[in-house]
Amino acid sequence: MTAPLGKDLLGLEHLSADQINLILDTAEPLREISERAIKKVPTLRGATIVNLFFEASTRTRISFEFAEKRMSADTVNVAVSASSVSKGETLVDTAKNLEAMKIDMVVMRHGSSGAAKFLAERIESNVINAGDGMHEHPTQGLLDMLTLRQRFGTLAGKKICICGDVLHSRVARSNIWGLTKLGAEVAVCGPRSLLPSAIEEMGVTVFSRIEQAIEWADALNVLRLQLERMQAGYIPSLREYNRVFGVTRERLERAPRDILILHPGPMNRGVEIDSDVADGPHSVILEQVTNGVAVRMAVLYLLAGNSPQLADAAKGVA
Amino acid sequence: MTDILLRGGRLVDPSNKLDAIGDVLIRAGKIESVGGNIAAPDGATIVDCSGQVVAPGFIDVHCHLREPGREDVETIATGARAAAAGGFTAVCAMPNTDPVTDNQAAVGFVLKQGRAANAARVYPIGAISIGEMGERLAEFGEMVGAGAVAVSDDGKPVVSAQLMRTALEYARTFGIPVADHCEDPTLAAGGAMNEGLVSARLGLKGIPGEAEEIMAIRDILLAKRTGGHVHLCHMSTRGSVELIRWGKDRNINVTAEVCPHHLSLTEDEVEGYNTNAKMNPPLRSADDVAALCQAVKDGTIDVIATDHAPHHNDEKEREFSDAPNGIVGLETALAVNLTWLVKPGVISLSTLIEKMSCAPARLFHLPGGSLRRGVAADVTVFNPTAEWVVDPKLFKTKGRNSPYVGRTLTGRVGCTIVDGRIVHQVQG
Repeated sequence: MTAPLGKDLLGLEHLSADQINLILDTAEPLREISERAIKKVPTLRGATIVNLFFEASTRTRISFEFAEKRMSADTVNVAVSASSVSKGETLVDTAKNLEAMKIDMVVMRHGSSGAAKFLAERIESNVINAGDGMHEHPTQGLLDMLTLRQRFGTLAGKKICICGDVLHSRVARSNIWGLTKLGAEVAVCGPRSLLPSAIEEMGVTVFSRIEQAIEWADALNVLRLQLERMQAGYIPSLREYNRVFGVTRERLERAPRDILILHPGPMNRGVEIDSDVADGPHSVILEQVTNGVAVRMAVLYLLAGNSPQLADAAKGVA
Repeated sequence: MTDILLRGGRLVDPSNKLDAIGDVLIRAGKIESVGGNIAAPDGATIVDCSGQVVAPGFIDVHCHLREPGREDVETIATGARAAAAGGFTAVCAMPNTDPVTDNQAAVGFVLKQGRAANAARVYPIGAISIGEMGERLAEFGEMVGAGAVAVSDDGKPVVSAQLMRTALEYARTFGIPVADHCEDPTLAAGGAMNEGLVSARLGLKGIPGEAEEIMAIRDILLAKRTGGHVHLCHMSTRGSVELIRWGKDRNINVTAEVCPHHLSLTEDEVEGYNTNAKMNPPLRSADDVAALCQAVKDGTIDVIATDHAPHHNDEKEREFSDAPNGIVGLETALAVNLTWLVKPGVISLSTLIEKMSCAPARLFHLPGGSLRRGVAADVTVFNPTAEWVVDPKLFKTKGRNSPYVGRTLTGRVGCTIVDGRIVHQVQG
């Protein structure tokens, strides 16, 4: 049968609200598998999946690998450093060689925006985008939404502010598309030098000050502020960034309501987020990590062509 | 050399304010006569031009022929044949080859290869600076002596305002234009497409229009200071148009060109990470396209040039940010201009021929650009209404990188005559 998501998961911009809800609804029951003593179901037995990482990643790669293994897929991890790519094989050659080994899916992270789509158009296997340049990181967006939905019950009408380096963030873009489609109100907050100049046209509210964002929001998704941004001159210093845009306990205490705090990791404690907040009562950062495995299991399951009604069957005996 | 009689075409020559049905007789490489009904001399080749436009041959003041250095991508010969197939009787080859055309010997090489091609004429453009490094002036005098028709560091901007000033002053001695690729390298650094909503959505680093405009106004001001002729390459924004207009209103010696793709396509073409929509300057917004079309109409923009830039398919067939800038343009330019500008009535056929033939000849001091008696017989015959589908397999250029592939365009070259000889002809 035709997979309900199509062949690939490249981003959330071109998914419908129904498709996003389908993934989240499928992920919910799959969470339970990871709670068991024997964390394995046979759903993807015999499927071969390549995790093709052109950029360093710890959390996302491990999360995908757990999702694959807990569904009994055979997995191979390929870490390609940028230097070896520049020396030789093109992306399309790499992919075609992998496919010649008869694989079923590729999970790819790549430093170039559009790389996942490029690959998907050139190979038969399913492609899951595990982050492409500054474009999208759809499974991160989905796990953020699953986490928020579990806490809020629904995303409709909820106010979510994405804080920090939106300009360079694939997480921000996936969040903006996904949350908007599910009826949430989305805002961004950060220095203008780290926001796309056309940000308002993306249908979001812009806050210049973190205090305004905190006053408005039901949840903050705090992005990692990379040291390279300071080196490239987008901001004068990490110290000032923390003083102006840091999510601190003092600032949260002035919020008119409890605010959930999300962070896609890895965190720069003391820069975009203080430890008091990251480890505090409003943080759902570790729930995000747990949900990441479930969301990735759901995506693998649906892309493999499994019918959504059978989601319960995925929980069946190992 | 056989006489050629072009019979019964619509003669359109803005340099003569001519637009009438008639004949053109070509003899010994010159336009012999132009008139209502010319008797065919004995032995003349007769070309039936009924239903076709007969115009002074097109001249492209901006193309990249890649030789020497990247003969796998284009040679002067394949480029000159592609030009002839596109109705160009002459092209100006930019000097950013490997090695750079920055001395008289290199200029002579381009001319020699161009003559051997036996297709469109090829005029070398010399570099402004040695190696296009932006540091020391190249020897304009010797290059002009060897046959260079202009100087440019195209592919790169002249970053140093002082060097640009000197180039404009020094070029005055030789009466050549200084053609600049306007780009502030700090604003454009790392950019892959126009900065705007599409770049924000696709996660591609944008190039703001100001990267071009800041350099355009700098060059205009330096032309004002020096009196030199600055020619602004491939203008792409409304802002640039307004700045050029400002300069022309003050009688500053500035001329400007625009490419067919910037008159027809917008940044939306990049959607789906289409590397055949990647060029520098990038495709801009619909508002910019509208302003550029208006500028062609009102004369703010003098010339339409292709910026023909062939690339190997393997280099375009990759991640967007890593793909090289540029598209081929010689064989689609006429049809794109007819389809997007003349057919919808944005400009007249006469204005198009002015921008593709008369103005380039006048501004770069080249032969042709007119059907007047005694002028070099560089003539293009084309069917202004014939429709065709762009198929890169049929290109004469080695490049296949065109954003128009698969599109139906209007207007097809029938016959290209260079120096009184037919160098390209479509049968039937």
